[in-house]
Amino acid sequence: MASDHFSAMRQSIIDGAPDTASTLAQQAVASGVAPIDAINNGYVPGMHDVGEQFAKGQMFLPDMMASAEAMRAAMSVLDPELRKLGTERPMAGTVVLGTTKGDIHEIGKILVGTLLTAHGFRVHDLGVDVAGEKFADKAREFKADIVGISALLTTTMKNQKGVVEAIEKAGLRSHLKIMVGGAPVTRRWAQEIGADGYAPNAMSAVALAQELMQQKLQVQS
Amino acid sequence: MRPKFELLDRPLIERILDEAFQLIEDPGVRVAPYVVELLREAGVPVEDGVAHIPEALATRMVDLAPRGFYLYGRNGRPAVQYAGENVHFDPGSSCLNILDPETRQPRPALSADLVRLVQVAEMLPQFAAQSTAMVCNDVPPEIGDWYRLLLVLWYSEKPVVTGAFSASSLHTLLELLAIESGGPDALREHPRAIFDVCPSPPLNWSEFASQNMVDLARAGVPAEIVSMPLAGATAPVTLAGSVVQHAAECISGITIHQLAQAGSPIVWGGAPAIFDMRTGKTPMGAIETAMLDVACAQVGKYLGLPTHAYMVAGDGRLIDAQVEMESGMSAVLGALTGINMISGAGMLDFLACHSVEKLVIDAEAIASAQRLIEGIEPRGDSLAVAMFAQTGLAGDFLKLKETRALFRKEQHFPSAIIDRGLPNMEGELDVAGRARQRVHELLASYERHPLHADREQEMIAFAQREGRKAGLDGLPGLLRPDYAEAGLTR
Repeated sequence: MASDHFSAMRQSIIDGAPDTASTLAQQAVASGVAPIDAINNGYVPGMHDVGEQFAKGQMFLPDMMASAEAMRAAMSVLDPELRKLGTERPMAGTVVLGTTKGDIHEIGKILVGTLLTAHGFRVHDLGVDVAGEKFADKAREFKADIVGISALLTTTMKNQKGVVEAIEKAGLRSHLKIMVGGAPVTRRWAQEIGADGYAPNAMSAVALAQELMQQKLQVQS
Repeated sequence: MRPKFELLDRPLIERILDEAFQLIEDPGVRVAPYVVELLREAGVPVEDGVAHIPEALATRMVDLAPRGFYLYGRNGRPAVQYAGENVHFDPGSSCLNILDPETRQPRPALSADLVRLVQVAEMLPQFAAQSTAMVCNDVPPEIGDWYRLLLVLWYSEKPVVTGAFSASSLHTLLELLAIESGGPDALREHPRAIFDVCPSPPLNWSEFASQNMVDLARAGVPAEIVSMPLAGATAPVTLAGSVVQHAAECISGITIHQLAQAGSPIVWGGAPAIFDMRTGKTPMGAIETAMLDVACAQVGKYLGLPTHAYMVAGDGRLIDAQVEMESGMSAVLGALTGINMISGAGMLDFLACHSVEKLVIDAEAIASAQRLIEGIEPRGDSLAVAMFAQTGLAGDFLKLKETRALFRKEQHFPSAIIDRGLPNMEGELDVAGRARQRVHELLASYERHPLHADREQEMIAFAQREGRKAGLDGLPGLLRPDYAEAGLTR
């Protein structure tokens, strides 16, 4: 496959064009390109470009959401092809996400989930108003590497502590990392409740998740 | 002439309202089970938790809402008038952190910090009302809402902008207020406090918010709708589109409220903001956020309703030029719009942090805004000719009796926070330093006026009883633990 085809894939992600991304993936499959090559040489570099441009303030959140949508469109073609070959895309990690009990805000959490997915994480979004026990149950069920707890309100932020406690009670604490976020949340609060990390915005949540995965893998090795 | 600022012309306001009425019918408004029967009895179809409110009913309910009402001070006299072009300010509310005056870094707020803020706000005439400004981290979270109200009622005689943290705790706050006022009827007749109630964007009256609206209406205690569209995230990205959503949330809220108790006092308020497309933050100091506040208030005023907005807050993390520029600009715009209650002073870092020092600086911006809306008055038959007749071309205006008689009306004199070159303040301290000094001075001159002894004892007994249920030891900010244990002796 010509490198200009990979660069078109890359560009479809930068442009946030799901139809183009999907068509290019179908063409790649039809012409016998290994799905993993299309992912690693075409689409993933596109997502990296988007991340870089976002960090420089040259791309904005709506652009990022569109790029994530294009990535999803390409993967919905390529993932089944990988499975046919008996393989799976190597995931960056498994994340269970949710907004804490009593809180129904989710825009920030959705953004984090979208970006984590676009950066190769498998994300299970539990939605809003999620009790600590449910976080723990789902973390066990999905074998989560990371649990992400969101809270927008000063009043519901305190329930993040309850989630950490529920995870401890379930005996899962040493198996996973916990990250917290949301408007009132601070690094100090994260430390106080025994979380492993805090991110002030969605992009830094991705960097934090990558860092936590490295820490986790180092401990395991 | 009272100077005035407007962003919307009449045809645009009418378009906004027309679309808002369309939205509350289709797609409708998500409501909690608590209000479903109330709405159905009024003929509103409710399916799968979504109410489809007909325009005719909503219009009738908006017409039933009072055009104005008063909040009263502890002395029983009217202190805040929610109506017409009256403009009042109060500090921002429910903050978790305080900017420590010594370290200049944010840290969790404690009862003592709230007491300090209340005492300072009490001394500043710029604030017609107090707010339950902080969540006290030395108090169990489940009693955090009534406890901060207790501290404000204890140290202040001004009206209070407050709010409950849950559906059930509202009744504890109302009980406390009733003790302070001398009973539920006295509270209803002369309400000391107003309760913020927040719908969740878009168009969702949650269990907590629905229940608060109904219970406040039935208690006859004023409610203030704080609708918070985030333009581009939880609301349309266009400012006009977000104003439509704000109107739809307010109108649906008023419908629920007035169905519960027609004529109960209610305010068209909000804390709208833009959504920063680089960071996902909601900048309260952005000019577009102030534009949303102005436009939303204009729609409420068009309907003849009392209004509220969240302004005078900045987004920087320290007391610096950015936060004060943002806070000053929005103070001026809010005042020029004639918004009845403008909350937010003292807050910074996207409403995550409060600062007593910022509050006293904001008070100077507010004083300037208050002077601005007094406008330019002729003050007599002659504007200048009569004064020239006395002084001629010598221009010796300083000696004229008119100068002495009128300069205090014409000029506002800021406190020493504003550097006007007064002696002993040349270059010694920056504005944050001068603010710290001013806070010390105000605290030194603060004097608490006790409540009626019976009510004071009843409030303490109430606080001790309710506090013990949550495992609170003593009454932080109010009494030392040993006093509390000893009973009511102070």
